[in-house]
Amino acid sequence: MSDAVALAGVGIHPFGRFGDTTVTDLGVAAVRAALVEADDPRFDAAFCGTAYAGVAAGHKVLSALGRTGMPIVDVEAGCASGAAALMLAAGAIRAGQYDTVLVFGIEKMPKGIIRSSFFEPWREAAGLAATPAYFALRAQRLQREAGVTKEHLAQVVVKNRRHGVENPDAMFRKETSVGEVLGSRVVCEPLHLFMLCSPNEGAAAVVLRRGSAATRGAVRLDAAVLRSHLPGSVLGEATPMSGVDDTDIPPPTTLAARDAFTAAGIEPGDLDVVECQDTDAARELLSYEELGLCGPGEQGRLIDEATTTLGGRLPVNPSGGLLSKGEPLGASALGQVVELTRQLRGTAGARQVAGARVALAHTVGRGANASVTILSR
Amino acid sequence: MSGERVPVRAGLFEEHDGDVTLLGVRCRRCRRYQFPVSANCSACSGDDVEAVRLSSAGTLWGWTTVHTAPPGYEGPVPFGFGVVELPEGLRVITRIEATDVDTLRFGMPMRAGVAALHDNDDGDTLVTYTFAPAS
Repeated sequence: MSDAVALAGVGIHPFGRFGDTTVTDLGVAAVRAALVEADDPRFDAAFCGTAYAGVAAGHKVLSALGRTGMPIVDVEAGCASGAAALMLAAGAIRAGQYDTVLVFGIEKMPKGIIRSSFFEPWREAAGLAATPAYFALRAQRLQREAGVTKEHLAQVVVKNRRHGVENPDAMFRKETSVGEVLGSRVVCEPLHLFMLCSPNEGAAAVVLRRGSAATRGAVRLDAAVLRSHLPGSVLGEATPMSGVDDTDIPPPTTLAARDAFTAAGIEPGDLDVVECQDTDAARELLSYEELGLCGPGEQGRLIDEATTTLGGRLPVNPSGGLLSKGEPLGASALGQVVELTRQLRGTAGARQVAGARVALAHTVGRGANASVTILSR
Repeated sequence: MSGERVPVRAGLFEEHDGDVTLLGVRCRRCRRYQFPVSANCSACSGDDVEAVRLSSAGTLWGWTTVHTAPPGYEGPVPFGFGVVELPEGLRVITRIEATDVDTLRFGMPMRAGVAALHDNDDGDTLVTYTFAPAS
């Protein structure tokens, strides 16, 4: 195995809405916190995940801190942008190019349904660029093929919002109930408003460092994988206009998970805690199977038996997930890494997963892109 | 000239005598169908594709209702949105016309049609393809 990569420091700016605070300010707060934790190291390169912050956004953050001169590269891969930055940084360290790399993600999202240059104008004009409708069609398919009910979808929200109460970096810190979720307005049947995460603002940063000495007692980055989709699935995050029977076409999350488990030399059963993409409640349940956390049609049982609730066998989204934190695209994947680093250090406070040793973070989104990151201690 | 019906995009569909046909391509190498028309096969990356007129009839494979106008959309809300599976083995993203969504069922027969979106600055009506339950 090549050199180990350690997480020498992590930092986060809370996810939420922060008025006139600039995206640069958000980034400065997260980067400063991560550098302080890592004892203010010299770093050889910086990768910045962002989709909406504009030209050379990472440079603006590091200019404000007077920490420039090294290569600074902005990375965009939709919801996986921060994970893409992490993959590039870890790969460069393992290849011997760098010893210490700063990775951060920043975002200040527009409000409401996210307008994306991804869709052609005619498709928007025809009403066929309705992102939540795609989420809804995936949810409906899960109901049809996996026996998932609307109550299961609501329970995912209840679980994550309960977890989020204990996370000071989350946007929503109030519990909800199945009745309240199903009583919120229908966005696209079967998805109600409370089942969808809010695009928002935030930043997260990590310092990666090479070497076994550096990893003694530290959290290790065992895999940082990014994959894109294979052609064919009409409901995949690539959102094509047409597709074919996708029974034998693995989704990008599955591709990334297989690579990551192989790289880390572990199996899904070895995991103690997971942070996964819950853009909407159904997306979390889809991810259970795509990541190999359960077999086909077992998603509902994991919810019924509270397996993925804090205190269960495999807690998923102890941070509260995107449903509690909101989703600042470029920052969300690294926000998961910050959470899992704290879980593995045993410093996650009231939302601590007892004895967590092996952790997995997952994102999936437009492109399609999917990332799977595995950490251990 | 105003009062015309203008397709939201040229080459998406044809309409004659009330029959609506979606236009696609079939790859001569991997034989896969694709919609809309493209010079390249998005399955095998081949560039030898033949233009085809796709079936006007299919079955309902997924549906939901969009209640709030998505970005860049100026047509009426709510409207139906879903997937229709064509006999060619192709699943197509489409608007869905239904007076009562509770009557929609997985696998029910659907037929292609044309839906009005909005009037443009020239007074023409922008239209696109849609699918409705076959009567």
